[in-house]
Amino acid sequence: MGNEYRIALAGNPNTGKTTLFNALTGLRQHTGNWAGKTVTLASGTVAYKDKTFHLIDLPGTYSLFSNSKDEETARNYIVFEQPDVTLVVLDATSLERNFNLALQVLEMAKNVVICINLIDMAEEQGIHINEKLLTRKLGVPVIKVSARNKTGFPLLLDTLDRIVTGKIECHPMTITYSDEIEEQIKKMEPKVKAIIGDRLSSRWVALRLLDGDEALLDELNKYLVREGTS
Amino acid sequence: MDGSKVVKLAEAEKGNVIKITSIQLDGVMRRRLLDLGFVAGADVEVVRKSPLGDPIAYRVSQTTIALRKEESMKIEGELMSNGK
Amino acid sequence: MGIDQLLSEARELSTPKLRDEIVQQLYEQSRKLCEHGIRYTKDKTDIRTEKLDRLLTSPIFGFPIMLVMLAVVFYITIAGANIPSSLLADFFGSLEPYLTAFFHFVHAPNWLHGVLVLGLYRGTTWVISVMLPPMAIFFPTFALLENYGYLPRVAFNMDRIFKMVGAHGKQSLTMAMGFGCNAAAVISTRIIESPRERMLAILTNNFVPCNGRWGTLILLASLFMAANFTGGVQSLVTTAVIIGIVMFGVVVTFFVSWILSKTALKGVPTHYTLELPPYRKPKIFDTVIRSSLTKSWSVLVRAVKVAAPAAVLTWVFANIYIGDTSILMYGVQFLEPFGKLLGLDGYILMAFILGLPANEIVLPILLMGYLSTGSLTEVDSLVDLKKIFLDHGWTWLTALNMMLFSLLHYPCGTTLINIYKETKSKKWTFVAFAIPTVIAIIVPLVITQSAKMLGVI
Repeated sequence: MGNEYRIALAGNPNTGKTTLFNALTGLRQHTGNWAGKTVTLASGTVAYKDKTFHLIDLPGTYSLFSNSKDEETARNYIVFEQPDVTLVVLDATSLERNFNLALQVLEMAKNVVICINLIDMAEEQGIHINEKLLTRKLGVPVIKVSARNKTGFPLLLDTLDRIVTGKIECHPMTITYSDEIEEQIKKMEPKVKAIIGDRLSSRWVALRLLDGDEALLDELNKYLVREGTS
Repeated sequence: MDGSKVVKLAEAEKGNVIKITSIQLDGVMRRRLLDLGFVAGADVEVVRKSPLGDPIAYRVSQTTIALRKEESMKIEGELMSNGK
Repeated sequence: MGIDQLLSEARELSTPKLRDEIVQQLYEQSRKLCEHGIRYTKDKTDIRTEKLDRLLTSPIFGFPIMLVMLAVVFYITIAGANIPSSLLADFFGSLEPYLTAFFHFVHAPNWLHGVLVLGLYRGTTWVISVMLPPMAIFFPTFALLENYGYLPRVAFNMDRIFKMVGAHGKQSLTMAMGFGCNAAAVISTRIIESPRERMLAILTNNFVPCNGRWGTLILLASLFMAANFTGGVQSLVTTAVIIGIVMFGVVVTFFVSWILSKTALKGVPTHYTLELPPYRKPKIFDTVIRSSLTKSWSVLVRAVKVAAPAAVLTWVFANIYIGDTSILMYGVQFLEPFGKLLGLDGYILMAFILGLPANEIVLPILLMGYLSTGSLTEVDSLVDLKKIFLDHGWTWLTALNMMLFSLLHYPCGTTLINIYKETKSKKWTFVAFAIPTVIAIIVPLVITQSAKMLGVI
């Protein structure tokens, strides 16, 4: 079992996330209830070298601020189920809106791969993306693919492989807010850390608490009970 | 061009570009609009009206989003260009 | 100190503008990333999408094109399913004598032959031959439209009408899902963010006929409404009848939504945002293969799983006698007066009751009921099928009533389970059962009684 890894796919609706999921997993898919919850997520497997990646297709959402059930599902999976890698799928033709979600993921998880999909459409429309520069800025691998034409897959799988084996270390960029908000975070973060330890990003939890996210509170309590007993 | 003219999104004409200055909505709807890129300072272009006149589609942060009059009446901004 | 205390502490520190500032900052970062990391060498607009939208959401052509699309999808499904359906039925029918011979050969008792061949085999093969072809055509055709990006335009065009009855434009998307499977469509209502409008979409989804009911609708329409036509014209007339039925379902949807949003689900329409993504040519081959393989297959498997026990049960009910009357007949006789009032009969109501687990099995159960009493033992063709109906006193009015009952009646078991899972409320699940049931009784009742009064029948 040491060679099995969970990869969660997050992304906006209409980014071809499911197309990518289908293209990677073929017909090796099933839908299953996850962790006893009522939510059903599709998952599928990809074999790469000596490893098996279990891909989990999270609901397509515009953000992860838990405005809706789908957003909560996606957010809870990334934060509490802690997949080995979170793969954020972006639409190359509307990156401005798509980066919004990617940045939110970078705040809550460490091992993240940004996958810019629909690269064929973007090139048709004269959109040229410098993924090396984006990789440097974001601190996590940025990879261009076309799920439709099945291009870019070898690099994508290789990158996943090298992250789970620790050959690539992710250093997701930190988004700095206004001085006022940073001041508030600074006050909250140590207290948060005292309770949750290093298992979750204390900066992110502090920020969510400042935002008054009550839905997260319930999940956090459940998580702490679960972790405390196991 | 007069850059200080303030209009409501609902009242803008097709082709107009508006820089958002204020959103007078609260709760989930406000947060949803923020997530979609309707943030202060963002440029929004009026793309088209639906066959019955409402909702209206807007171009914001490189995507096309349709809003009903009820919401677009409450979003204001400076008229940047009238698309000519 | 617990997390709860931290939250109240955070509340005191925080300001109401915090979320705005966070999202603004995120977008600011996004813009910077785009500025540095992306170079545009052409005009940024997507010309194809622009042109197509001008046509597909046009005030003049928008609605007609929508209707034509719907008609074309139905016509392809109905016309295309015809021949494979009868081929499959012939194939399974031709195997039956061999099975029977085998049972004789091993000296199997009569009841075993009855349960396994006349019950299980006939029931499940019927479901396969009636359901599989329309599904294998409908799902891929629909998936192509979906993947191309047309459906959000339907929601865009229709929203004003949905708003008038207090519902959400995205309900047209969940309704479209309903053509495939109501149980799946109930889950898909999650795309509607506001709870009130989502509940409307859940409660009315059943008025869109799912694949399990298509077989019944298509068969009855072609036997009783389009009987005087042949070939391509027959398919056209059948399509027209089906579209009429679907339109009636849409009208009922609007009516029920309107009533509910004036009463139990009062409230202001809220939270409407709809993305219109660019049109994208789907990989046609991949889409067709995937949707027919995975979707059709899984729906079929589910249907057969449900059909098999129901078919066995029906055969058992029809063949266990108390005195000189079978259990099935007791039920039929009990329901007969009420059925007649609605222009149906006891068998039909019995079939709908036994068919609660899945709509696919209603017609097979009905036929088994009819056959268990009649002299006919085998259905060789559609002509035989019609003869069975006529022998039991059917007219076009019976057919119409059964089609309407099928369109309007309570959701299938799986759908009800999903409604309970999504609403987490027994009350609303019951409402989802009760509203359609009442309407399914009233409509045929009114039609039958008026037809009698006017002397049409």
